[in-house]
Amino acid sequence: MTTDTLENTEHHDEHHDQPTGIKRWLFTTNHKDIGTLYLWFSFIMLLIGGALAMVIRAELFQPGLQIVEPDFFNQLTTTHGLIMVFGAIMPAFTGFANWMIPMMIGAPDMALPRMNNWSFWILPFAFGILLSSFFMESGAPNFGWTFYAPLSTTYSNGSTAFFVFAVHIMGISSIMGAINVIVTIMNMRAPGMTYMKMPLFVWTFFITAYLLIAVMPVLAGVVTMLLTDTYFGTSFFDAAGGGDPVMFQHIFWFFGHPEVYIMILPAFGIVSTIIPAFARKKLFGYSSMVYATASIALLSFIVWAHHMFTTGMPLFGELFFMYCTMLIAVPTGVKVFNWVATMWKGSLSFEIPMLFSIAFVILFTIGGFSGLMLALTPVDFQYHDTYFVVAHFHYVLVTGSLFSIFAGTYYWLPKWTGHMYNQSLAHWHFWCSVISVNLLFFPMHFLGLAGMPRRIPDYALQFADFNKWVSIGGFAFGLSQLIFLAVVIKCIKGGEKAADKPWDGAQGLEWTVASPAPYHTFSTPPAIKDE
Amino acid sequence: MTSETPAPVNHKATVKKLMLVVVSMFGFGFALVPLYDVFCDITGLNGKTNDEAVEYTADGIDTSRTVTVQFITHNAKQIPWKFKPLVQHIKVHPGEQKVVKFYAKNQASEPIVGQAVPSVSPGIAAGYFQKIECFCFERQPLQANEEVEMALQFYVDVELPKDISTLTLSYTLYDISEKIASL
Repeated sequence: MTTDTLENTEHHDEHHDQPTGIKRWLFTTNHKDIGTLYLWFSFIMLLIGGALAMVIRAELFQPGLQIVEPDFFNQLTTTHGLIMVFGAIMPAFTGFANWMIPMMIGAPDMALPRMNNWSFWILPFAFGILLSSFFMESGAPNFGWTFYAPLSTTYSNGSTAFFVFAVHIMGISSIMGAINVIVTIMNMRAPGMTYMKMPLFVWTFFITAYLLIAVMPVLAGVVTMLLTDTYFGTSFFDAAGGGDPVMFQHIFWFFGHPEVYIMILPAFGIVSTIIPAFARKKLFGYSSMVYATASIALLSFIVWAHHMFTTGMPLFGELFFMYCTMLIAVPTGVKVFNWVATMWKGSLSFEIPMLFSIAFVILFTIGGFSGLMLALTPVDFQYHDTYFVVAHFHYVLVTGSLFSIFAGTYYWLPKWTGHMYNQSLAHWHFWCSVISVNLLFFPMHFLGLAGMPRRIPDYALQFADFNKWVSIGGFAFGLSQLIFLAVVIKCIKGGEKAADKPWDGAQGLEWTVASPAPYHTFSTPPAIKDE
Repeated sequence: MTSETPAPVNHKATVKKLMLVVVSMFGFGFALVPLYDVFCDITGLNGKTNDEAVEYTADGIDTSRTVTVQFITHNAKQIPWKFKPLVQHIKVHPGEQKVVKFYAKNQASEPIVGQAVPSVSPGIAAGYFQKIECFCFERQPLQANEEVEMALQFYVDVELPKDISTLTLSYTLYDISEKIASL
């Protein structure tokens, strides 16, 4: 795509009264400010969720109960999951969407800027509510991030109401964010920016936003049922009153499975943007990428019960959900092959964003394969609720989603801050992360296959050696993220001046504006020319 | 460059459509509850048996087959009752009516209302296990230390798939005193 740069570089509108200090951030309706807020918020949540994981790994460093009580251990695993899913990964992608989508489609801002402000600023309250329950008599939620009834109803420790309200607010925030993205993409593309010319990150987040508005309301519904079951005497999931606890799992996973694609589709978009830039080739199979993303999204609605193979489903149900799940490997495989084909015979260079992207492709594929193993009903009976499952979803969420977030941050950081990041520190961050993350999660496969159950604070002696290495990997991975914090802060404060287009192979409208990106970009829409 | 901006698009219309999706998906979440029941009812999945008495229809007794029916009981959340089947298992021919008794005793010093919830395993057989009369259709209010023998009259449908030779009927007993009081 070629574009003329216009005078977008100097578009500082003098007539806007810019509040400064805290008010700038509280009242901002600027997509770049809100994107920044989302990204910082998600990083803080990553550190909090990570700190909880550190305590979990410290407890599991050796067999027996050392540091925490079993009930508190349950609170740790629950809040770790909730914070990482709803607080770290999802807001980080929304942050990218806010920053990049208007610039990528040549729009001056998001379509609904005031709602944008609101959708961010309710988030800290949601997590404030959730985390505050740690300091209450009841303790934090202890029923797992999947909050299965009756653990969260009949056997709740009293934290259900706080949990439900926190999830409601997170859901409202996500839905507002998603509506904003869809309206922006549908109505505000620059003239000539047809759907099939949109950068792939825009496409993947467009589809993700549809998933969000389809399933977040279902999550809101199921937590509402939970609330009334616990406090108002309804019996949605209570067998004593004619309800069914297994139905909880059906409704939850009807939300839950699309949710996992909500957390990975934007990652596909980021990686599909970065790999062509450093392979100096066009993305191989652009339209097949779009169709693959859409098919993954559609299939995600009919596979939910693969989380429930051990609930006593009839054979037909098991076969149906098994085959549908395995079908998802086809569009996902299309994507992986497209990335590899993009790199094939390209003029590769290995800057940090590319390193993270290549690590993503390899390690996400490992997570995908263990997912295929879990999709096989007969073997799932062995793997269910073991560390194999933990290994699987951490490979797709940490070395998948989180690595793509790192890749995207390094890729666009020069555009955001106007400075290049410190190369050697960033290399340290990459290599420490990629080595420690495998030490952390790879042995979990073996632990799971050998039968170590998840969510239990103690384990049998034969698992001791592996768990020690896993914990060491965990501490190393956690500390490595402080290097990332240092890189980002250094980059904001200064560093080598970044060119408008610091990556020579990069494509897209965001590189046609100055670095750092001016506060207002594309107040006049850019002209999109055919290639 | 002319500062010609495209005509402002009506965001409201798009937002309204999207809000409609959100609201209907919220409704869909709740619609899943009756849909789930209907689906399980039609397919006979999840081990739920009939919750109202059925008439005994004498389609004849298939004496060529014998099915073992096992009875087990659980007390949910430590309800202080003694609750057990008086026979552990019986053999029946499909189509043949049988009556079995269950024993319950409230061992607490206050009255408690109990509710037994049945479930059949394997789940696929639940649709063929027909209860003509069952104590699980009613609540069981027992005074302190009161004991009772409760009857279950049932037959196994002759259409029961050939590969099933053993059924397990499980009753879980719940304390619903509080639930009733809150109504």
